[in-house]
Amino acid sequence: MSDKKDMSRRDFLLYAIGGWAAVGAGATLYAMYKTWEPLPEVKAAGVVEFDLSLVKPGEIRVIEWRRKPVFILRRTPEMKAGCPKRTVRTSLGDFTIVIGICTHLGCIPNWESDKNIWHCPCHGGEYDACGRNIFGPPPRPLEIPPFKLNGNIIVLGEEGPEYKAMIG
Amino acid sequence: MRLIDWLDERLEIRKLIKVTLIDYKVPKNINFLWSFGMLLVLMFAILFISGLFLLMYYKPDSNLAFDSVNKTIMMDVSFGWLFRHVHAVGASIVFLLLYIHIARGIFYGSYKPPREVVWITGYILFVLFSATAFTGYLLPWGQMSYWAAQTITTLFEKIPFIGPDLVIWIRGDYAVADATLTRFFALHVVFLPVLIMIVMAIHLYSVRVVGSNNEDGKPIDKKKEGVPFWPVFMSKEFFVMTVFLLFFFFLVFYKFDFAMDRVNFEPANPLQTPTHIYPEWYFLAYYEVLRGFFFSQNLGLIAFALSMVLILFLPWLDKSPIVSGKNRPLFQIAFWIFILDFLVLTVLGKLPPTGLYAWIGLIASLIFFGFFISLPIIAKIEKKQLEGEKK
Repeated sequence: MSDKKDMSRRDFLLYAIGGWAAVGAGATLYAMYKTWEPLPEVKAAGVVEFDLSLVKPGEIRVIEWRRKPVFILRRTPEMKAGCPKRTVRTSLGDFTIVIGICTHLGCIPNWESDKNIWHCPCHGGEYDACGRNIFGPPPRPLEIPPFKLNGNIIVLGEEGPEYKAMIG
Repeated sequence: MRLIDWLDERLEIRKLIKVTLIDYKVPKNINFLWSFGMLLVLMFAILFISGLFLLMYYKPDSNLAFDSVNKTIMMDVSFGWLFRHVHAVGASIVFLLLYIHIARGIFYGSYKPPREVVWITGYILFVLFSATAFTGYLLPWGQMSYWAAQTITTLFEKIPFIGPDLVIWIRGDYAVADATLTRFFALHVVFLPVLIMIVMAIHLYSVRVVGSNNEDGKPIDKKKEGVPFWPVFMSKEFFVMTVFLLFFFFLVFYKFDFAMDRVNFEPANPLQTPTHIYPEWYFLAYYEVLRGFFFSQNLGLIAFALSMVLILFLPWLDKSPIVSGKNRPLFQIAFWIFILDFLVLTVLGKLPPTGLYAWIGLIASLIFFGFFISLPIIAKIEKKQLEGEKK
């Protein structure tokens, strides 16, 4: 009888110590995990604003967003895009806004204004003015970054209704 | 097949545990003071892990260091403050543990044959922990960091002939500067911790070979007496660790201020010394010995150097055949005067060295050395008494 009682007391202490140690270890691991998160300043830099009116028709601007190049192309009628799901419409006209990283192996494609295409120097992949892959090894069109429109200001890193409509 | 069996076949895990931990018989006549060794292992692990996480955001550059600690780690990194407070409080408390561990060793004669190597490796560990604390204190690059490093490195200037060149060599510049910061950083995060781990392994191995001392200082019959280190000793140790961690985290969460000097929240300024500079509490006693001989700077420096080295020679200063202080009335008097004196020196270290304090400082410094002088005398008296009893 006393033996049995002693064992259960011992088990209780064992589980209590083990449980409490597990809580402590879990809390420590959580804190360790949290320290690795991007810092507030990194997160803040994850949202970039850009005034689209700075881009002239036919011109392309490259801005940095989350350490990646984002191509902002103000289209001209000659580009004959015809890609409503890949067009950012503003009062200034239509824009192509894509992440400038080739979907093949991650090189940065160059804009060739005489042909109105992006040409990737690494393996010859080509994208049209909408950012769709039209030649070579790239498996997918150029990616569209999450964005929000505030009039003519584009906010990269936040998902606005226009972006949701495009990916939806 | 269970993993332990699989490992056992290849690495003889069970045999290893048996030889190192289960066959290691700990005497029964020990008290809670014998738990401080494992507490120090625990504390070192806590310092190692918290330091590792600080290292991930700390920037060893005189332009960036202060902000990387006081802005990035304290304000931006999630729970960064926790790791810093654990590391700072830990660095302070590890010395409390070290002092208690050493005092236990002195009182119960744990430095006597056959434990000289235990004592020597222990002394080396104390020196290494001190060096780690000193180099680590510079890293936040605050005013106290800067001027502590500046004054302590200046001490080397007094070494005859090579002193002035040596100081520049240690600093890598004419004053403490970026070069000093980066080399202290390298020592603090790699060199010293690696050395500590190696010496700690030798220290533990030497204890395993000669066995733990005990209250009576009499060796035990390892086959019949004593309890296995694992699981019997460690089960009690876990209880002590739990109580200790409660105390430790109470300090970390509520009383971390004592380990974070206000002056150090001002960025290092080589052109302006803070009005009061003093070391952390654990170095105050030696600092007071340095200042104690107020009439002669050189004498103070020699005393300062001696005060840190003398303790290494305890096994040869005290050759009394009686091991434990429990059975040595004369030694007990000397020991308690020494402990009290060490506390007095610690308190005085923070007070201004003027008037009465200067004289008390001198007397306390002399008493500090008096302990080491008394040891061979006490040993001689005890030897005579023993011989008298035999006749």
